[in-house]
Amino acid sequence: MDDMAEKLDCCSNGPVDEHSSAPWLIGSIPSGQDSCPRVATRLTWADTLGRWKVRWALGRDRYTVQPGLYAVGEADSDSLVFVTANYKMSFDCLRSALHNRNAWILVLDTAGINVWCAAGKRTFGTDNLVDSVANINLAERVNHRKLILPQLGASGISAHIVSQRTGFKIVYGPVRSVDLPAFLDSSMKATPQMRKVEFGMLDRLRLTPVELVISIKYILFAMLVALVASGVSRTGYDLHAAPSRALPALTILLSSWLAGAFFGPVLLPFFPVRSFAAKGAIAGLLAFALAAGVGITQKMTSIETCAWAAIAISIASFLTMNFTGASTFTSPSGVRKEMRVAVPAQIVGILGGIVLLIINLFT
Amino acid sequence: MKYLKNVTTLKLDRDKCIGCGMCMTVCPHAVFVLREKKADITDRDACMECGACAGNCPADAIAVEAGVGCATAFIVGAITGTEPTCDCAKGSKSRC
Ligand code: SF4
Ligand code: SF4
Repeated sequence: MDDMAEKLDCCSNGPVDEHSSAPWLIGSIPSGQDSCPRVATRLTWADTLGRWKVRWALGRDRYTVQPGLYAVGEADSDSLVFVTANYKMSFDCLRSALHNRNAWILVLDTAGINVWCAAGKRTFGTDNLVDSVANINLAERVNHRKLILPQLGASGISAHIVSQRTGFKIVYGPVRSVDLPAFLDSSMKATPQMRKVEFGMLDRLRLTPVELVISIKYILFAMLVALVASGVSRTGYDLHAAPSRALPALTILLSSWLAGAFFGPVLLPFFPVRSFAAKGAIAGLLAFALAAGVGITQKMTSIETCAWAAIAISIASFLTMNFTGASTFTSPSGVRKEMRVAVPAQIVGILGGIVLLIINLFT
Repeated sequence: MKYLKNVTTLKLDRDKCIGCGMCMTVCPHAVFVLREKKADITDRDACMECGACAGNCPADAIAVEAGVGCATAFIVGAITGTEPTCDCAKGSKSRC
């Protein structure tokens, strides 16, 4: 508890090292008995660069903001209080949406995880919010009793319980912070569109880099195994022949990776099935057919071709199935249901393919 | 975009509902509508079991087995023997 209080004590003599060096801080502003750091509302190239790094899964584990209370503009005791997670991107979205306004931002400690995921884990949750409000003495800093939360934080919060315990009433703002200015300007009425989570082509494109980067290690490993194994033949092991013999296999592995981690996710609604694993399997099959069409499988026996088709489809199916985590509409019950069929099928496909390749050596 | 049919564990007890509209506010997939001053489920298959409605219903009228719809989380959970949670791709669900 003390530890928590210290982390949140940004308005007094708390650990401010991180603060003083942060380029998005512009001085401080008086509040209650002490003062609060003030943040800029225009994002700089450094913020944008940080965002790209996150998108490409480079060092994103450290993309955090110190929890606590921050001021925007000339915040005073009448200014509204907006709550967010201590994931820098969530924080950046919020502060830039508050441009030209006076407001407070209350950053909860969610271990650097964004609002939606943290709400699912209940770290962006009722207890954390209630404790934070108490620890920063929010009731003494503002005259009103209103907290504005992003709608996607709702799965971690029970608004009525927060009200009972703190006296603050919760208002759920729009899903996307870009809608926040319009929401605030229409006396906090959200249009149905502001309340809905979308998952458009652009959203999906934006998410695929992470999928590609996370899965590439496994594909590279599989390619290495395929390369080494290609030296094996009935007459023994020939290291020099391995690279040229492995070429078709390496191409197929790469194309199944692209099919499952890129084309499956991006073309999601265009596959005429609902299960993600099935969408991926179709993407894998198409990629394999394309590879075969341009002659990659020309020198293969029919057993080998079947083996690689099974492997490619299974890999792509597995990769697209994992995109359920990035999507915004899959339910745990649904994912569990599709996995019960898909995972055994993928294992059979990959192991079966390997067995066929071994059989092929002896026929 | 629609996910699998007939899988959600969402349950609404209309007798308990006081028609406050909170579930309509928090649901990101417009699953509820107000009918005769009470909540009603209009698009059941759109539910992603996030749990927002149940947690914010002051009348305790909604029940759902909430969790993350993420295959990776189930795999990691099965291997490590822990609850499936969504912290593998921190950036993925963040947007402005
Ligand atoms: S669990 Fe989530 S998606 Fe399902 S009805 Fe409730 S708020 Fe909507
Ligand atoms: S939140 Fe509960 S009480 Fe309010 S409308 Fe929905 S079901 Fe009814």
